[in-house]
Amino acid sequence: MARPLRALTRGGRDPFLAAPWLAIALFAAPLGTGLAGTLLPAFGWLPALGGAAFGVAPWQRLLAMPELAGAVRVTLTSGVLGTLGALALAVIFVAGLHARPVFAWLRPCLLPLLAIPHLALAIGLAFLLAPSGWVARLVALPLGWDRPPDLATVNDPAGLALALGLALKEAPFLALMLLAAAGQVEAPRQLAVARSLGYGPGEAWLKVLLPQLYPQLRLPLFAVFAYSLSVVDVAIVLGPATPPPLAPLILRWLNDPDLSLRFPAAAAALLLVVLLAVSLGGWRGLERALARWLRPSLGRGAAPRCEPLLRVGGALSAVSVVGLGLLGMLALSLWSFAGRWEFPALLPEAWSTRSWSRALPLLGGPLWTTVWIAALCAVVALVLVIACVEHEALGGRRPTHRVLALAYLPLLVPQLAFLFGFAVLLAYLRLDGTALAVVWAHLVFVLPYTLLLLREPWLALDPRFARTAHALGKGELTVLVRVKLPILLRPVLIAAAIGVSVSTAQFLTTLFAGGGRVPTLATETLAMASAGDRRSAAVGGLVLALLPLVAIALATAWPRLRARRRQGLP
Amino acid sequence: MLTRRWLLGAGLACVTLPGALRAAPFSELLASARGQTVYFNAWGGSDAINGYIAWVGRQVAERFGITLVHVKLTDTAEAVARVLAEKTAGREEGGSIDLIWINGENFKAMKEQNLLFGPFVENLPNWAHVDVAGKPTVLMDFTEPTDGLEAPWGMAQFVFIHDLARVPDPPRSIAGLFRWAAAHPGRLTWPAPPDFIGSTFLKHVLYETIGDPTRLRQPADPATFEADTAPLWTALDTVRPHLWRQGRTWPASGPALHQLFEDGEVDFSMAFNPAEASTLVNEGRFPPTTRTFILEQGTIGNTHFVAIPFNASAPEAAQIVADFLLSPEAQAKKQDPTGWGDLTVLAVDRLPEADREGFDALPRGPATLAPEQLRPVLLEPDASWMTALETAWRDRYAR
Repeated sequence: MARPLRALTRGGRDPFLAAPWLAIALFAAPLGTGLAGTLLPAFGWLPALGGAAFGVAPWQRLLAMPELAGAVRVTLTSGVLGTLGALALAVIFVAGLHARPVFAWLRPCLLPLLAIPHLALAIGLAFLLAPSGWVARLVALPLGWDRPPDLATVNDPAGLALALGLALKEAPFLALMLLAAAGQVEAPRQLAVARSLGYGPGEAWLKVLLPQLYPQLRLPLFAVFAYSLSVVDVAIVLGPATPPPLAPLILRWLNDPDLSLRFPAAAAALLLVVLLAVSLGGWRGLERALARWLRPSLGRGAAPRCEPLLRVGGALSAVSVVGLGLLGMLALSLWSFAGRWEFPALLPEAWSTRSWSRALPLLGGPLWTTVWIAALCAVVALVLVIACVEHEALGGRRPTHRVLALAYLPLLVPQLAFLFGFAVLLAYLRLDGTALAVVWAHLVFVLPYTLLLLREPWLALDPRFARTAHALGKGELTVLVRVKLPILLRPVLIAAAIGVSVSTAQFLTTLFAGGGRVPTLATETLAMASAGDRRSAAVGGLVLALLPLVAIALATAWPRLRARRRQGLP
Repeated sequence: MLTRRWLLGAGLACVTLPGALRAAPFSELLASARGQTVYFNAWGGSDAINGYIAWVGRQVAERFGITLVHVKLTDTAEAVARVLAEKTAGREEGGSIDLIWINGENFKAMKEQNLLFGPFVENLPNWAHVDVAGKPTVLMDFTEPTDGLEAPWGMAQFVFIHDLARVPDPPRSIAGLFRWAAAHPGRLTWPAPPDFIGSTFLKHVLYETIGDPTRLRQPADPATFEADTAPLWTALDTVRPHLWRQGRTWPASGPALHQLFEDGEVDFSMAFNPAEASTLVNEGRFPPTTRTFILEQGTIGNTHFVAIPFNASAPEAAQIVADFLLSPEAQAKKQDPTGWGDLTVLAVDRLPEADREGFDALPRGPATLAPEQLRPVLLEPDASWMTALETAWRDRYAR
């Protein structure tokens, strides 16, 4: 019905026809070559290192590695618990609190929490939870401890602290995705109906909305899981050192002067993909079983009496997600200005600007590099994604939307599994170690997030705006610039800000594509954090968090200012 | 694998030659170095060291027009792996590393695989000031002759760190430390090898348990390694349950151990720089009652160096930087305990009067031992011992 109408009003050809193909060529191609570049050495083929025959020797060597069993255990524990924890926190947060007045305060906190890079939040969390951290100090004072307890509250061998860190960091992302999805299903009306039938607000949300929203949550959820399997920076800060999770272990092997270790490393990177596939398969099975089990009760309409529980749960999840995030940032700020700060004291005994004055000159260059790379990535991703979704909105949906779905693949494949081969491709193109390579590698991740954030608001835009403009004789580009962009300014700016944040947070990609020669805030901060010096890690974490936060602040403030100026204007 | 090693070894003789030809007279280097960028790959885990390298960067920019970029490594092995990967990929020039901070098994690996530029060291004007007679390790890196392929940068000696207020009279042997740990559960640990502080701690255990320490001058014999190290594993297995976190996990690095010491989680820290504890006291991180000590048998001392990869993009500028690092001015600045506090490789008593003053004026930190208290100095075991120990450690403790 929309098609003939548009055909009637649209004059020219679709100027965005090439966009999806360009996006795929530029960003799925590295994925393909990267995966191949990992697959081949995993089966023994890497002529540069003397591997000229296919075989299973790399796997045999991998299986003989003493750390392997422990590493797989830690990886799976932290990945599964972290993802489930994030899901539970997000669902309970939204279900339990969405109808309460406090939600108006909490909801705006989600975006900044999403924007803060994982590494910065992990450093802050470590300051809170360590045996000598704030939590332990609160307990120590009344109990009269003068030494921290010998308890592995961070870097624990089981990986629980890592799981907690991942859960807290990913919960805002999933909550935002839930809220965005809820915007598309006429949530208020459905909730009103359910409430008129006697359900509490939380129960209504769980029973009526969640089953509808879940399919849209699946992609972000799987992305969270894939991310947590191959995360390195958070794992180094919060995870155990012996044995480490698989991803840092693979990185260690890749950095070993014994180059033959690259074969088992490639096999281990592929093992990550296998773990991911098996886990996701298991998850889908669980989904189906759960659906079969729950469907009768959902259909029958029996009311689960869990409203008070949901309220308490919502409050708890808000305290942990928002509260621990803010407290962590506060702890970072204090440590960055701390002089001597002995164990049970809650505040530093002496203050000093030494950490800042020492770190800032060192961070100046990387800060500038990070800013321009992030800005460039955000802009390129924005242009490409807008062209893609324009193309889709103009009716190109059918042939290309499957192709475009490929753009999400980088989020669903463990980074290490293709970065390894991607680095080989870059070296072949003589691009390794250049800032251009880093931009390209970052875009592989900035693009899907931009698409994720921009696609739905774009397609949800009432087509009549464009049609009116067409009827007035305006071309597609004019309509885009003069009509659509001003209306969609807020989501566009937020997508750009998240693009900046995603690029800023890239550690592994910068390391592989930049070859250590393109220092960014993320790589410098991890160097400081893994060195174990809390004060300089705090400075690094703060500077790292500041850039995305500024971007988010600008993105949310600008449309508001603009709206004020344009009040009363159409 | 054997054939590959053999091929590389056979290739060694012919490929060193062009390198030797490239080492031009120093005066000519200055001109070609101007405007070059030196990517200095150096461990980046210490603020004090990073600050010093940044100072060096400003100096060489001002004096020689060289841009110095500090690529911060968490482990020097990363740089070795990178150069090796470039060689395997056929990149004979335009490599991504110009200067590496290096010693021990990493130097041995690079030298054996023919990954180094030079010899260039004796070509450096400031080489004349180096204390070759008094500090033989400037020519002998562990048990590997340097052959002019790496320029000495600083002297290191392993020390243990304690707080007088908590442990007034620390035990001065590994056996004593382990007995102390049994009496004070959870208060002792060391960084997990292959971190170099952790590995060096293991070497001290090896020195004390092997019976005949002269064996460590020879390469480890795979046939007797098991028996040679049996007492070491017995000692470690015995102390393990009394360690921090019941010996189930270890801190990742030396600085991480410092943080545990600062937080009061453990009662001992360790450093490969006798002045490091003083620096940390001055910064307000360690308590003023912090002191250092060495073992009765002595502790390991060595030299750390800078080397230039065979395919460096800017070998000329890298040599200028290596020479500047050896200058009395840069060496005195490096030894200042309010900064890095790393000991000089120069023969200070033979320096010209003006240069000597820079060293004489330096204060000795509150926690730093006097030179005569830092004896005896143990030599580094042959690098093969460490490789074998690290593998055995992984098998037993990294599960």
